[in-house]
Amino acid sequence: MADIVAPAYRTIPIIPALIPGAMEGKGPFVANEKINEALGFPGQLVEDWHDKAIAKMGELLSKYRSFRVFMDACVHCGACTDKCHYFIGTQDPKNMPVARQDLMRSVYRRYFTLPGKLFPKLVGARDLTREVLDEWFNYYHQCSECRRCSLFCPYGIDTAEITMAAREILDSIGYGQKYSNEIIGKVHKIGNNLGLPGPALVDTLEGLEEDVKDATGLDVRFPMDVKGAEVLLITPSADFFAEPHIESLIGYAKVFHATGTSWTLSSMASEAGNFGMFIGNYEQLRKIALRIREAALELGVKRIVVGECGHAWRVAYSFWNTLSGVGSGADEVDKFAQMLQKQLDHRYRQPTHICEFTWDKIQQGALKFDKSANDKHIITFHDSCNVARGSRMGDLPGGQFEIPRNIIKAVANNFVEMAPGTTHAQTFCCGGGGGVLTDDLLELRVKGALPRMEVLQQSVDEYGVNFMATICAICKAQFTKVLPIYGFDRKMVGGVHQLVSNAIQLGPK
Amino acid sequence: MSTLFAILFYFATLAFVVGLFYRISVYARTPSPLKIPTTPAPTTTGGVVLRMTREVVFFESLFKSNLWIWGLGMLFHASLALVVLRHLRYFTDPVWGWVVFAQPFGMYAGITMLLGLLGLWARRLLVERIRYISTPSDHLMLVLLIGIAVSGLMMTFVAHTDVIAVKGYFLGLMHFNVQMLPSDLLLGVHLSLVVALLVVFPFSKLLHAPGVFFSPTRNQKDDPREHRHLSAWAAKFESEKN
Ligand code: SF4
Ligand code: SF4
Repeated sequence: MADIVAPAYRTIPIIPALIPGAMEGKGPFVANEKINEALGFPGQLVEDWHDKAIAKMGELLSKYRSFRVFMDACVHCGACTDKCHYFIGTQDPKNMPVARQDLMRSVYRRYFTLPGKLFPKLVGARDLTREVLDEWFNYYHQCSECRRCSLFCPYGIDTAEITMAAREILDSIGYGQKYSNEIIGKVHKIGNNLGLPGPALVDTLEGLEEDVKDATGLDVRFPMDVKGAEVLLITPSADFFAEPHIESLIGYAKVFHATGTSWTLSSMASEAGNFGMFIGNYEQLRKIALRIREAALELGVKRIVVGECGHAWRVAYSFWNTLSGVGSGADEVDKFAQMLQKQLDHRYRQPTHICEFTWDKIQQGALKFDKSANDKHIITFHDSCNVARGSRMGDLPGGQFEIPRNIIKAVANNFVEMAPGTTHAQTFCCGGGGGVLTDDLLELRVKGALPRMEVLQQSVDEYGVNFMATICAICKAQFTKVLPIYGFDRKMVGGVHQLVSNAIQLGPK
Repeated sequence: MSTLFAILFYFATLAFVVGLFYRISVYARTPSPLKIPTTPAPTTTGGVVLRMTREVVFFESLFKSNLWIWGLGMLFHASLALVVLRHLRYFTDPVWGWVVFAQPFGMYAGITMLLGLLGLWARRLLVERIRYISTPSDHLMLVLLIGIAVSGLMMTFVAHTDVIAVKGYFLGLMHFNVQMLPSDLLLGVHLSLVVALLVVFPFSKLLHAPGVFFSPTRNQKDDPREHRHLSAWAAKFESEKN
């Protein structure tokens, strides 16, 4: 694995030629019995997988309008074919969004449509064979559920929805992915994706308090499980110990400190990430989200703020209200949601992104910065896909692009954009999202990063960019790993609140 | 032949209407348990109507994604719309004023429609990526539409058929009264292909037409924090516990 090399940059960004089979057999490790059974999935591939898989597919078709409509609506126009970073990086035609969908669509047609039953060859319908099943496992784990394809499809067909359905079917027959399922198991058992037990967390936080004290001379607190705090911060567990994530955690703490906000972390809900989304499993998604509800109820907080994490923000922003009642506007008779919503303060957005929180405070003039502290950086911003195409910040559509940029411009002097068509809604995935951030998929991750690395290189050459800010724990981890493979310094990537942390002025309180 | 086509047309119309109605009812019945609009998305119903209109009328997403497909697709669909409008003259008596107005445009739209179709087919055959994803039915669908366009154009510009009689025939059909249909080879081909199109519509990718209106990534409002969105099957989890 160590000898994976970066693919060459395209001199002009032409659409690459097809290399059929380029990524065949390069899927991830399969989950073992212990991992699967911990989540209530069959331990290994069941005997009657064929019938079970088709039955599950039928069930999902009746439960998800997205899946149902997307199976029918594609006209094979080809508009999405060159939009996926994994296709661009690997040139494997099955990584073209429509071809990825067709792995499933061909089976859908065979078992659920009349023409597919009568004339399979004519409409490209296939029986669900073991080969097809393996192909599903392989290629539905080469999709980061980034939704770039859905942006460009005339019918909004979102391959991520198909990928989620496929993974759900695979899990239901005991053919799940090791990485995602193992992590979900850790969340249930220990409370976070990284498997950091409560006491270790408290130690880490105390260490952080000391570090910040040494650096600033101030008592910036990192409170844990404080009942009656105003704000509950839910953040990806990588923020507790991984570099550069931890720098952003320090940034959040400083913002809370400077604004005199009483806040707390929760040992029960010490993880913002929710891999239930990656495997497309509603029950898991819900179960993981409920931890936040319970923590909020138990601690009696008024606001829930979410740290820098892309898919976690999508889940929080788009799904929490549905899954766990963290939000506003529940019906009077909706006891489940009202129980929590009565407690929350609806003068604020529920949940709030940490960038919304900080930007609001900046606008209120509650924070002071020494911008020159960031003068060593020439900064660009990498939009994370789940924030860009699956959520919002602020009150206006597109706030998810403006607010982080506004913060950067408020705390630093040198900000430049990367090439248009690769940022904002059209941003390219880092290559590590959607449950592929694992070493057994390193080749895919390196190749999938190609489009982003190309434009980063361009902005380095043109503007001397030396810092790529982002607000996603997965992006940070992925870039830390692949930047060196492309010849960049791994320290080039960091969080927006890392920049905030550098520049914030903490007067004596 | 008149009777045969009468039966075919009744059957095709029935298949088309029932099939389409069934499909749409399935789409409408299937819940959307989660909020999944592709953002940035409108936050109001009015905004969603505008977004959908831009998608359906101008193919906004396609425009952003590929100008060639957009141009050819636009040419085909806009021409098709004009051609269909023009054909209303065979089903109305007296012919509505605006249909009369559309008549000359409709005639030439037949040509641009054919050009659009040929262009789309050329792409399908020549561009490696699109050839890779094409199934035989994708090609056949284009052949079917091209057949309809060519046979229709031949009747308009080369070998005229007795349109008065054709109109009489269809007006008759609408009142369950089978009149004489001119026995003309081109007309026979044209009508047979149209029958085929009507029948395959509810079973094929032509479902993109109703499908686009049901696409959750396009038709949902972006307001998940402000309103709690809960589908029936997902709500069941809450009554079980908690
Ligand atoms: S969701 Fe992203 S990774 Fe998946 S097929 Fe679409 S563009 Fe590719
Ligand atoms: S853009 Fe949409 S309709 Fe066109 S091929 Fe891709 S998924 Fe199908």
